[in-house]
Amino acid sequence: MTTAVGQRRWRRPPILIHSRTWRYLIYGGAVVYLMLAVGSLEVNWQRIYEGTERGWRFIQGFLAPDFTRRWRDIALGFEESLTMTVTSTVVGVLISIPIGIGAARNMAPLPVYYVCRAIVALSRAFQEIIIAILFVAMFGFGPFAGFLTLTFATIGFLAKLLAEDIEDIDESQAESIRATGASWTQLVNYAIQPQVMPRLIGLSLYRLDINFRESAVIGIVGAGGIGATLNTSMERYAYDTAAAIMILIIVVVMAAEYSSSYIRKWVQ
Amino acid sequence: MLRIERLEKQYKTGDRALRGVSFDVGPGQVVGLIGPSGAGKSTLIRCINRLVEPTAGEIYLNETSITALSRRGLGRVRRRIGMIFQEYALVERLTVMENVLSGRLGYVPFWRSFTRRFPQADIDKAFALLDRVGLADQADKRADALSGGQRQRVGIARALEQDPELLLVDEPTASLDPKTSRQIMRLIGEICAERNLPTIINIHDVVLAQQFVQRIIGLRAGEVVFDGPPAELDDQVLTRIYGEEDWAAMRHSADEDRREAAEAAALDADREERMAGMA
Repeated sequence: MTTAVGQRRWRRPPILIHSRTWRYLIYGGAVVYLMLAVGSLEVNWQRIYEGTERGWRFIQGFLAPDFTRRWRDIALGFEESLTMTVTSTVVGVLISIPIGIGAARNMAPLPVYYVCRAIVALSRAFQEIIIAILFVAMFGFGPFAGFLTLTFATIGFLAKLLAEDIEDIDESQAESIRATGASWTQLVNYAIQPQVMPRLIGLSLYRLDINFRESAVIGIVGAGGIGATLNTSMERYAYDTAAAIMILIIVVVMAAEYSSSYIRKWVQ
Repeated sequence: MLRIERLEKQYKTGDRALRGVSFDVGPGQVVGLIGPSGAGKSTLIRCINRLVEPTAGEIYLNETSITALSRRGLGRVRRRIGMIFQEYALVERLTVMENVLSGRLGYVPFWRSFTRRFPQADIDKAFALLDRVGLADQADKRADALSGGQRQRVGIARALEQDPELLLVDEPTASLDPKTSRQIMRLIGEICAERNLPTIINIHDVVLAQQFVQRIIGLRAGEVVFDGPPAELDDQVLTRIYGEEDWAAMRHSADEDRREAAEAAALDADREERMAGMA
């Protein structure tokens, strides 16, 4: 028989919850809650049936996109969006570099670190739309509010990821530069910058891409750009124009995607 | 030249890495610092240029008290102390030349180093040093494109670019093969002799240390337990530094290293022959 003494059984030990009772209770509870939660959703089938028709009209519009009738509006919206995207990314990156360095524990003294982390947290706490609503209220409708919104959002995103990257650097390279008697700025320039530059460029390009997509969204709350054009055409049931705008957005995002992966490889 | 007095280091974790270490290093003297891992070799060497802050004690470099310096003064004294690292510690994405020139960072203002417009004298010196370590034609290659031995040569050139009054060397051969290790140790020895440069080499390989240094300091658990010429390093002393078994194991591995080196050399020769045959 193979079940002789000395045959040892092995099962992977549970990873998260060791007590068997608690494990069943928690997992079982989660399943029950999920079923109750789904059950509590009120689904109006009548409404869905009517909505399907509207959705179908939308899809039909999509199948016949109309680029020409409102081309001037579309072009203007894109121009505004692209301007907003590029300027906000450039300004945002420039501001987030010093904040990112300040938010890296291995580069900044404690008070500076806390201030920079607070700025990052503040910027990340609010979704772009909420900030856009605030800036539209403060500076009026139009792309300037959009520019400020995207800049502000870029700072939180980029400074946080840059700080994490700086904290992850190879310390021995920094130590060797420190040992030459380099000043703090020289240390940043010679030991930190070469190590984080490829990632910084990659993240900036990624943020450029995000900012373009966000510029389409925040336009809906009045912050200018292609989002405003899209919103107007939707309100007028001009689905063919809306479809044309969406196709153009997809094209731009895809172009950004391909070029950024190429550039990232190139800067390694 | 260098004077260390009752140096103490206690880490925040409570480990006492150094317990009252005192010694002098005279002009042109090459000192090998040996001891088991955890004996405090790395800590000691880093206390000298204050990459690690000592807890108590004094360090003097040509009558400058290093331990009493402010942050600003620290840069001034660090630039007088060259350091060569374990695993080379080159900035991987900078070129060989930029790495060598980074040895001048303590001497040039920020804008010059930022724009890479170093004084002509520094550039001449860097080229001369690259020539000396045999890498003259690699100046514009990126550091990560070099082999281990070549990288350590760049590390040596960077340290010398500082025009140091003292050289600290931390396990220079830790990640090199036995043959390259010997070449690097020989190069360091030659350069120290040429410049009459006092040097402290932190090294775990006792056999290698005996071959290339004039004086050996043995460290055990943060205390100096031996200080004398390599010839006096007998089994009894080594047992005092390393403990019984460790030393036997080390001698064994040293023999193995030698065998491996011979084998590697044979293999290389063999490969070269075959390559030549193919061409």
